[in-house]
Amino acid sequence: MIRAALIACLAAAPAGAAEIWVTNEKDNSISVIDVARMEVIRTIPTGERPRGITFNSDYSRVYICASDSDAVQVMDPVSGEILHDLPSGEDPEQFVLAPDDRHLYIANEDDAITTVVDVETRQVVAQIDVGIEPEGMAVSPDGKYVVTTSETTNMAHWIDTASRKIVANTLVDSRPRHAEFIHDGAQLWVSAEIGGTVSVIDSATHAETGKVRFAVKGVHPDLIQPVGFAFTPDEGTAFVALGPSNHVAVVNTETLEVEDYILVGRRVWHMAFSPDHKWLFTTNGVSGDVSVIDVEKREAVRSIKVGRYPWGAAVRP
Amino acid sequence: MKHAFAALFAIAHREALRFLGQKGRLVAAIVRPLVWLVVFAAGFRAALGLSIQPPYQTYIQYETYIVPGLCGMILLFNGMQSSLSLVYDREMGSMRLLLTAPLPRWWLLACKLMAGSVISVLQALVFLAIAAAYGVSVPWFGYLAVIPALFVAALMLGALGLMLSSFIRQLENFAGVMNFVIFPMFFLSTALYPLWKMAEASPLLHDICALNPFSHGVELIRFALYGQLAPVSLAVVLGALAVFGAAAVWGYDPARGMTARKA
Repeated sequence: MIRAALIACLAAAPAGAAEIWVTNEKDNSISVIDVARMEVIRTIPTGERPRGITFNSDYSRVYICASDSDAVQVMDPVSGEILHDLPSGEDPEQFVLAPDDRHLYIANEDDAITTVVDVETRQVVAQIDVGIEPEGMAVSPDGKYVVTTSETTNMAHWIDTASRKIVANTLVDSRPRHAEFIHDGAQLWVSAEIGGTVSVIDSATHAETGKVRFAVKGVHPDLIQPVGFAFTPDEGTAFVALGPSNHVAVVNTETLEVEDYILVGRRVWHMAFSPDHKWLFTTNGVSGDVSVIDVEKREAVRSIKVGRYPWGAAVRP
Repeated sequence: MKHAFAALFAIAHREALRFLGQKGRLVAAIVRPLVWLVVFAAGFRAALGLSIQPPYQTYIQYETYIVPGLCGMILLFNGMQSSLSLVYDREMGSMRLLLTAPLPRWWLLACKLMAGSVISVLQALVFLAIAAAYGVSVPWFGYLAVIPALFVAALMLGALGLMLSSFIRQLENFAGVMNFVIFPMFFLSTALYPLWKMAEASPLLHDICALNPFSHGVELIRFALYGQLAPVSLAVVLGALAVFGAAAVWGYDPARGMTARKA
């Protein structure tokens, strides 16, 4: 009956055949979840330890960070075939595709560099020295800035995409793991896993202007480790994955207050919205499943079993 | 026929009056499970979530798990109390009046059972409403689907009480019923812990819990709260209802049952 109700809800929305692609770190595979049916419909093998995943703007290619294969793999999402590998530098973890759809900025965790790859010529265009253990990657909507966060240096490094030089560094809390631009690039949000906070940084001054703090009732503060996050289309709300606290926080982006905590699976990493933004899919590393959050009601409605240690998530409409 | 319904309404009316008249019992019926929900469940809160098991489709907190079990607790206590009031009736002589009615004895017992069960269901619904206000809610259709499940489970537990009441001579024995029926039934069930948790402790405990008809009553309620039918549990509950009911009718049969031996 619940299923019937869910299907009825979904039938009302123009969901189409939208999919959520999830990388399974330990299974070396991608689980493809059908948004309407909320079940895994396809499992695709990848290189070793796939983590970051992103589609290009027309969804004709999917890029996968195969960390232990030291490569970024390029896949045809229709056939699931790996077309070729891109040179990526060592241990790529996260990356971001510039708005020009051509330049991929890759964080090389072990080498303390950010590698810029041209996806057409398949050549490394530049390597930029950044802090120790770079991970989070973000690109401003106008494509002028790329930000790398380094987990050990605890900084967000602002890279000018024209000169490919670091133009500013912003100190954030311990172990920054994920970064996203908001408000048309005016603000940058950076999550700090050990610090347990999300820093809000002004893009013009590169200075921190606010901070989001979390407290889940009944959970030890050490377990509250913010990692991935995503904004609703109106940018009024942010959903922040809190790692081993098994909760996703719902944050008001104006007041920076946490409005709700949603219980999901164990060790929640990253997330992706369905194309209509009704559902939010979170990857739960330790429990090996993906929880589906009803965005409006702010509650998890079900958890879908995927491969071992799901990590990254991307939507394919 | 008209007569039979007159008896049903009279017994239901008396049951309702008795329940409403005992303010303490009304309050206790609601407060008891609430204490379990707010105090006991808080200690086991499981803020990091309990593993998924049907009918739940994602991770839940302990408060969510325990609510169907506490509904079962309400039915269990009320079923026992209402049936055991027959012992009181027997001592006070009002039972003689009831049993002299020119109607089959099983019908009189069934009337008593249904009247008590309706009150059990109402109590459980009040509890569910308070639990929803406290923050533990289910989909709206669950509140409708749970009504027949509550009623069947209440009938089963009430019939158990009726069966026991035919064997109990004095009201003072209620403490014994508490110790030897209510507590074991409640604790050795899925009301407080899922079956897999019991299996971790001991396979024997797991088997006892899996056989306990009260467990099946609780599971029937649990699945119904999410709009699902638990067929095995329904079968077990109906089977237990038939057995307890038949034993109660036998026990109250003046020619054969315990009442005969006493007289």
